[in-house]
Amino acid sequence: MKIRSFDDLKQYKKSLYGNKKTAKYTVLVGMATCGVASGANTTMTAFEETVNELGLKNVTLKRTGCIGYCFLEPIAEVIDEQGNSTIYTKVDKAKVAEIVSSHLQNGKPLTEGVIKPDMQRINLAEVKPIQKRQLRVALRNCGVIDPESLDDYIKYDGYMALAKCLFELTPNGVIEIIKRSGLRGRGGGGFSTGLKWSFVAKENAPVKNIICNADEGDPGAFMDRSILEGDPNSILEAMAIAGYATGAAHGYIYIRAEYPMAVKRLKIAIAQATEMGLLGDNIMGTDFSFDIQIKLGAGAFVCGEETALIHSIEGKRGEPKMKPPYPAKRGLWGEPTCVNNVETYANICPIIIKGDQWFNSMGTTKSPGTKVFALAGKINNVGLVEVPMGITLREMIYDVGGGIVDGKAFKAIQTGGPSGGVIPYTMLDTPIEYDSLVAMGSMMGSGGMIVMDEDDCMVNIAKFYLEFSVEESCGRCTPCRIGNKRLFEILEKITNGNGTMDDIRKLKELGRVIKDTALCGLGQTSPNPVLSTLHFFEDEYIAHVVDRTCPAKTCSSLIRYFIMPDKCIGCTLCARVCPVSCIDGERKALHSIRQHECIKCGACMDACKSNAIVKR
Amino acid sequence: MEVTTTQNGVDLELLKPVLAEYAKVSGSLITILQKTQAIYGYLPISALTEIAAATGVAPAKIMGVATFYTQFRLEPIGKYLIMVCQGTACHVNGSEKLAQALSDELGIQDGETSKDGLFTLKHVACLGCCSLAPAIMINDDVYGNLTGDKARKIVQDIAKKTKEAAK
Repeated sequence: MKIRSFDDLKQYKKSLYGNKKTAKYTVLVGMATCGVASGANTTMTAFEETVNELGLKNVTLKRTGCIGYCFLEPIAEVIDEQGNSTIYTKVDKAKVAEIVSSHLQNGKPLTEGVIKPDMQRINLAEVKPIQKRQLRVALRNCGVIDPESLDDYIKYDGYMALAKCLFELTPNGVIEIIKRSGLRGRGGGGFSTGLKWSFVAKENAPVKNIICNADEGDPGAFMDRSILEGDPNSILEAMAIAGYATGAAHGYIYIRAEYPMAVKRLKIAIAQATEMGLLGDNIMGTDFSFDIQIKLGAGAFVCGEETALIHSIEGKRGEPKMKPPYPAKRGLWGEPTCVNNVETYANICPIIIKGDQWFNSMGTTKSPGTKVFALAGKINNVGLVEVPMGITLREMIYDVGGGIVDGKAFKAIQTGGPSGGVIPYTMLDTPIEYDSLVAMGSMMGSGGMIVMDEDDCMVNIAKFYLEFSVEESCGRCTPCRIGNKRLFEILEKITNGNGTMDDIRKLKELGRVIKDTALCGLGQTSPNPVLSTLHFFEDEYIAHVVDRTCPAKTCSSLIRYFIMPDKCIGCTLCARVCPVSCIDGERKALHSIRQHECIKCGACMDACKSNAIVKR
Repeated sequence: MEVTTTQNGVDLELLKPVLAEYAKVSGSLITILQKTQAIYGYLPISALTEIAAATGVAPAKIMGVATFYTQFRLEPIGKYLIMVCQGTACHVNGSEKLAQALSDELGIQDGETSKDGLFTLKHVACLGCCSLAPAIMINDDVYGNLTGDKARKIVQDIAKKTKEAAK
């Protein structure tokens, strides 16, 4: 059927609830990329087979998106009639059998391997006070709905925000709400979304465009992928709202080819929504038309920059250009264009339905709302979290993130990817928001947070990011193309143990010049990893050049492996795994490493069962 | 850039439907190249020439686009493309050792294809599966939480299966 009015949509939503009696148990299996890679397909098949075999009639199986606890995948959630939920973790075939026989057949939930997340999801239809540490606004539907079912999305008030805009608000009214909400772009810079929309709306042009930037290239960030895999319709709906507000009729989603599952689910969502009259010509019977195309990126980090992205959609090399003119004035095909990132769009529908005041009651005054962070690195709870802005790093790492792996000492967190910097352990109580991060020499970026412990060398991390920037530089401007290469070479010299104090001075000077002179946002921020590690950890740099040591024992040129005489039992394991055969020793006698032949691969240390090998 | 490859046996007929659909649609050069690569597994020079003729875009421009994006290859690749993630989370969790193990197992370096034509090894920027670090992607499947040994086992299994299927 086609939806032709607001009433149609309300009726249709009602009918979805009315049709069939809800089953006694609903089993949700998280099937985003992380889940599938951890074996969620096997889990789902096992549930299907067991339920069919036993002929259980009171169970509904549903595939869903990412619940955020990636380190516990595959995850299955069982919800009973009363809405009680039990979340099972690491659900393999054997666990499925247990869940079915105990919980689904006998009504006894298992108690082992169950988590109770400190997390609350917003409900579009009602307002509840915030009680939990994690608050899901952008991720509200991820892990709840079936991402391949439009009906399921509509059940959770899908397309109600678009209907409200079309039938109850003027385009200007929509922009005013977004402006007043204080929503800032979630992709990096943090520009006001409402202002951006108003610039595009102001332009008098026959054709305007809406772009969704899903070219999530920051190493360490995967929230956009999760949103697209878990709740693709919310992005389509928000893009249509942006189209209505700015007077644009065409939408483009520029997405990385590395995200095949997200692409597939977006295609399904676009087809279903168009079929129902929620996208395409005369949406819901009004005279507003809006279509959406998917454009696959071809692998270039710089295409996350909006002008480069636009060039790429036009089929050209993805090189940025000078701004102004901004895309809002002259963007895709020279027409006014509004570019927002995925997470920004994911916030739009809740703001429209629940209002701007509701939105800016969360977070801080200058950074209202919530932010999704991708926690990764040396942290226990690796995964996606969504928290109100202004949370401190300490809460983030120790409460939400569950602390550092193996109880090691926290050293620093890296935010903002290759454009950002590190925040050291001394700043644990700083609130996380756009402006405080910039003040610390980092930036929000898309929200990737890599946690590093005492074993991570800051010079090496800076080198790692510079290597990335060198590789991904599009080559258009000299400061980025050549300057970053020189920065990288100096860092390489330092980590190889050949650096001087003068090199450290050069890093600072060159870094500042690149910051001031590069063409695009990515080039201007590319020295940040160097400058910020230098700012907070200059002592580590000095240790590399003066003492010729790597305090974190990471830089292989500056460390040596030794065998401890009191611990070596002469088992010969190390000698057998050594790829260059530089370990001598008879069975049951002390072994030793011929230092000048050692390539410092660490294979011996990994192999040793009596912890007799140390690095210094 | 020097392109040395024997490109005999490139059947340009296969390209015709793609060109019929997109040649006259402005801005679709990247889409055409992606579809071309999906057909041949890489971008043969003869196909690029054909695209230039059909779209009216200068061959130099096409070459410029084809060499700008990491997705495009001007050389054929193996049956399985192994992408080794070089993202930050993978880096701090040991992707270097993982990459070394794969190189040792297959006897090839980054960007090379194994002699049996089965595997191509490629180091790529973040795959966005940081929770699975260190991770690799083989064709469209992601494998995570790897060690050198686990990765070796995965490619050995794939090689074995492929060889059995060929029998």
